[in-house]
Amino acid sequence: MNLFTIVWLELGQRKTQLVSGILAITLGIGVIVAIRSISVVSEKAVAVNLDNLGANILVLPQGANVDNYYAADIDAPTLPEEYVERIVTSDLTGVDNLSPKLTRRININGQKLVLTGILPKNELASKPIWQNSGLFGGDLKVACGPNPSNETLGYKDEKLQRKSIDSLGISDCLIGSNAAIRLKVKEGDKIIVEGTELKIGKVLGETGTIDDDRVFAHLHTVQNILGIQGQVSAIEIMGCCNAISDGLLSKLRNILPDTKITTIGQIVSTQIKTNKLMNQISLIILIIIVFVGGISIGNYMWANVNERKREIGILRMIGYPKSSIYFVLMLKAAIMGLAGGIIGYLAGVVIAWFLGPYIAGVNIPPIPGLLIWSIVISVFISLVGSVLPAWFAARFEPFTNMQEV
Amino acid sequence: MTTILTVNNITKVYTMREGSVNALNEVSFAITKGDFVSITGPSGSGKTTLLLALSGLIRPTAGSIIFEEKHLEKASDKELAEFRKNNVGFVMQNFSLIPYMTAIQNVMIPLGLSGKTMIEQRELSEAVLGLVGLEDRKNHFPRELSAGQQQRVAIARALINNPTLIFADEPTGNLDPLLSTEILEFLKKINKERNITIMMVTHSPQAAEYGNTRIHLRNGTMDTLHSKETKTLTE
Ligand SMILES: Nc1ncnc2c1ncn2[C@@H]1O[C@H](COP(=O)(O)OP(=O)(O)O)[C@@H](O)[C@H]1O
Ligand SMILES: [Mg+2]
Repeated sequence: MNLFTIVWLELGQRKTQLVSGILAITLGIGVIVAIRSISVVSEKAVAVNLDNLGANILVLPQGANVDNYYAADIDAPTLPEEYVERIVTSDLTGVDNLSPKLTRRININGQKLVLTGILPKNELASKPIWQNSGLFGGDLKVACGPNPSNETLGYKDEKLQRKSIDSLGISDCLIGSNAAIRLKVKEGDKIIVEGTELKIGKVLGETGTIDDDRVFAHLHTVQNILGIQGQVSAIEIMGCCNAISDGLLSKLRNILPDTKITTIGQIVSTQIKTNKLMNQISLIILIIIVFVGGISIGNYMWANVNERKREIGILRMIGYPKSSIYFVLMLKAAIMGLAGGIIGYLAGVVIAWFLGPYIAGVNIPPIPGLLIWSIVISVFISLVGSVLPAWFAARFEPFTNMQEV
Repeated sequence: MTTILTVNNITKVYTMREGSVNALNEVSFAITKGDFVSITGPSGSGKTTLLLALSGLIRPTAGSIIFEEKHLEKASDKELAEFRKNNVGFVMQNFSLIPYMTAIQNVMIPLGLSGKTMIEQRELSEAVLGLVGLEDRKNHFPRELSAGQQQRVAIARALINNPTLIFADEPTGNLDPLLSTEILEFLKKINKERNITIMMVTHSPQAAEYGNTRIHLRNGTMDTLHSKETKTLTE
């Protein structure tokens, strides 16, 4: 027998009350863990999506935003493909690469996938008028120079360059790793998309983003399949950063009316704002659980020590000092807090697992670091909530047990 | 003949909102080591209050209690807890067992502060449970034991720390006459064999017969204190 055994044996008692005592903390921790997991992962997802974008400027139709673009809704607004030509034929400097895209959610063999039409690099370059523009000329690179601000955002120019697709036949397609699994197809197989047969040129490597569920095909093929001739969802532009700070965006706005032109920087800062809001909500919930959870534990402890008056009296009678009684009760509070933290964390992971795909469009893996956080917070609240009841219990008249007959 | 406990003019006044009760009124006596003291008196005469004061569970309003030259009325809460742990065993009318602990776990409670290993604690407790004849019931919970068995567990718990004193408050109050005799005989046995001083509060005249020293209380005042001359353990 020691103080730990005493706590351990008592923990087996009155379990329903015990559970309801830590319920508030557990739920609160669960919600915070879920919010944190989703916002951290969605932040990463945005970064990865943008990384995959292969661009740092996005030209979208007026009224659309990046989410519309990724959501690829059936009625998402479009802009004319002709705008690509406008950019190319203009005398803009600092446009290093560009790629028009048309994106829609579609159904292939009962699988919900995303169909994206892209214009391969060779077709852009092969147009004589574009070749003159110096768009892909070597001297442009030199003009751009190093790109420090892109580096700081974590998107390396070199990686962006690699993203462009050099050539793609009019009846070929590229398919994301997950889409290939879902459709049970491999390289060289054929798939029918809305009545049009496409040959799979390549199964792409796994990226952990929505790209894994994408089918890439030639822009014009996709326009025909969807019946949206001459329209695109967005034009992704790889502009060199010096040029962006020299007013490339406003020059683009001048030649592309009725469009919305944003930079990665803006998109990232929007996401950061969203996450800030989520963090504030987490903070509010945290404050609420500190109070509600603390009071709930305190309330449980108070009821518990009152029920145990006799037992506490027996311990005091036998010679346990007040400090031992205090220790026993606080140890119990710490164990409850520990359990509440662990269960709350697991609940949060499960909530994020189920809600993540709806809220952020990505699967949310558990973040182990949050477990430590959950435990620390939960134990802290539990201890603070139990201080007063334990203090009173240690001072109960030790002879309560002897005078009841 | 060594005096183990000296009580000088202790008074205990319980103060409540409705008024105050004079539970003990200038009570004085001295107890010799190895005495079996029976404390009698009508209900409400202050018997329990006397035991509580002697064990340091309450503080007297006035007067002094001296145990082996130490003034208990001046001791701190911590010192009093220490005193109870090292010197006192309790046997109560309601047995005072912890319901969710088995017999052996209940007996082990006083060892919880001893620093002894679990194995040592177990061995000691099994031995003491053997002494009260409950070896085979060690893993039973109090609710699975008869009243007499529960009281024997309580006695085992009182003995585990080798106390100098045992305070018993109506130890046979909840037992039938046969079991009462059994418990009283056992108390007498440990009193003689181990020279443990016993102070036992009782209602029953038969039980009171076991004491070689008798204290009778009436309205918080000591009526009579007399020692039988048939003491077997003196000198
Ligand atoms: N904690 C207490 N608060 C107030 N009065 C008490 C308390 N304990 C006992 N009393 C009163 O003190 C008197 C003596 O009580 P007690 O020592 O329990 O008597 P006994 O054990 O002889 O029946 C009684 O009148 C009782 O009502
Ligand atoms: Mg009494």
